[in-house]
Amino acid sequence: MSSTNVDDLQSVVRGGPARGGAGDRVFRGLATGAGVVILATLAGVALFLIVRAWPAITASAEDLPGGENLLAYIWPLTFGTIIAATIAIVIAVPLSVAVALFISHIAPRRIAQPMSYLIDLLAAIPSVIYGLWGIAVLGPASVGLLRWLEDNLGWLPFFEGPASATGRTMLVVAAVLAVMILPIITAVTRSVFEQTPRRLQEGALALGATRWEMIRLTVLPFGKSAIISASMLGLGRALGETMAVAIVLSVSGAITFDLIGSGNPSTIAANIALDFPESSGLAVNALIASGLVLFAVTLVVNMAARTVINRQMRI
Amino acid sequence: MTAPAHTPVQAKSITATDLDLYYGSFLAVKGVNITIEPNKVTALIGSSGCGKSTFLRSLNRMHELVPGAYADGEVLLDDVDIYAADADPVQVRRQIGMVFQAPNPFPTMSIYDNVAAGLKLNSRKIKKSDLDAIVERALRGANLWDEVKDRLGKPGMGLSGGQQQRLCIARATAVEPDVLLMDEPASALDPISTLAIEDLITELKKEYTIVIVTHNMQQASRASDNTAFFNIEGTGKPGRLVEVDTTEKIFSNPTHKETEDYVSGRFG
Repeated sequence: MSSTNVDDLQSVVRGGPARGGAGDRVFRGLATGAGVVILATLAGVALFLIVRAWPAITASAEDLPGGENLLAYIWPLTFGTIIAATIAIVIAVPLSVAVALFISHIAPRRIAQPMSYLIDLLAAIPSVIYGLWGIAVLGPASVGLLRWLEDNLGWLPFFEGPASATGRTMLVVAAVLAVMILPIITAVTRSVFEQTPRRLQEGALALGATRWEMIRLTVLPFGKSAIISASMLGLGRALGETMAVAIVLSVSGAITFDLIGSGNPSTIAANIALDFPESSGLAVNALIASGLVLFAVTLVVNMAARTVINRQMRI
Repeated sequence: MTAPAHTPVQAKSITATDLDLYYGSFLAVKGVNITIEPNKVTALIGSSGCGKSTFLRSLNRMHELVPGAYADGEVLLDDVDIYAADADPVQVRRQIGMVFQAPNPFPTMSIYDNVAAGLKLNSRKIKKSDLDAIVERALRGANLWDEVKDRLGKPGMGLSGGQQQRLCIARATAVEPDVLLMDEPASALDPISTLAIEDLITELKKEYTIVIVTHNMQQASRASDNTAFFNIEGTGKPGRLVEVDTTEKIFSNPTHKETEDYVSGRFG
């Protein structure tokens, strides 16, 4: 109901009289200009990707790097990108939701406030620092765990091994990515959890619900679409993350579900960053074609997130 | 399944002794001494801010959900102190149910699941057939069964405001509490729905002890057996219980002049 009112107000403003002083006209021009520039930039990027990728798309297989067709070149990278981002989401979403619930419903206020600042601070750390942390600290520290996974859960394709001795594996990369996307998912879900109507929470408690049961009955159903859309936003960021992956991951180009070995598929973004300076000719076009695929994937993920968010707004 | 919805059941009494209610350092309600009789409807009346809602919420320990709020004194459910050091607020609320001012069914749940919500708490395991019977009994008890029996799987939010409030009463009674607290349960409803709730309250007292906060004098006089009048001396002063007696006496011949002024519409 409130959203209709906002719409009404906006349509009144939009259709309002265009007269007014110079200030109004300047403001109108600046705002319109800014909107046009953003759209033009987006269209320009898409156009650039398509135009520069075109030679690689039409080239014959033997002219391309590796002597294979373009699909065989891009597919392992896309696979690696999706695997890394998916595992990052699997790690990050439950953790973020738990942290968000802790801040919104469990921690005393004097702890909750500083804690949410600290979580936001995680988002301010440059990704190259995360990469260095991953290769210097988390990777070596994980070696024992990776061996344990190989020994005890080796029957799962994910932990087939042989376990990496350096920790520069897909699992560690995904863990680093998970820490990187944790702030955005926590921030979005926390703000929605905090808006859970008080009367619903009291209704659950008055029935004799414990705090966790109250959360399960009211807060989680209320925040469900926020969890979904925040996960998509996090997924979008994880897909495009470059530096941390480029630094940490040990790459062989193989397509494998093994998360703990040292032969991993690279990701599109990391591959572009690592190979671009040494490429020329058609190899550059092939890299840009891979960028076009990444662009399309992130666009789809973000649009899906938008759809879910919009659907929630209407309820 | 056409058993009478309300067979008389001995409910429990509530006795508050020297009860002080605080929000942080602010004393909101001071020195309440009252005995709420079992299987009777007790109305709490008084002007806004006089502490009647705060007092009501202290009776099932909902008051303390506000950060910094606490109670000092004794509240006995029959002879068990609900504020004893070893008393669990969750168990207290299980025995003393509550219906709120605005209907608050769980929006993502069906009518059936709303009524069953309290029964599934605290990892209780109930057979589906038993659950069906309890849900039907609670909905019949809330005079809602005939209106919703063909759409139990539909969302509770699809009902009208009055139906939603009766759904909330069914949800509260499904767990079979001893006492039912109602915080202005009809204030958001139209006159027809209000009458339906009042009729329901009269029936419910066969099984429950009922405490109801209301701003509506006619409602208090129509629906209650006893009435407690709360008042406040001025802004920033704590609310207090002026007197409690049979509704008939409070509305015809109260002991205190301030009660008479209030029920007859003369304030101050």
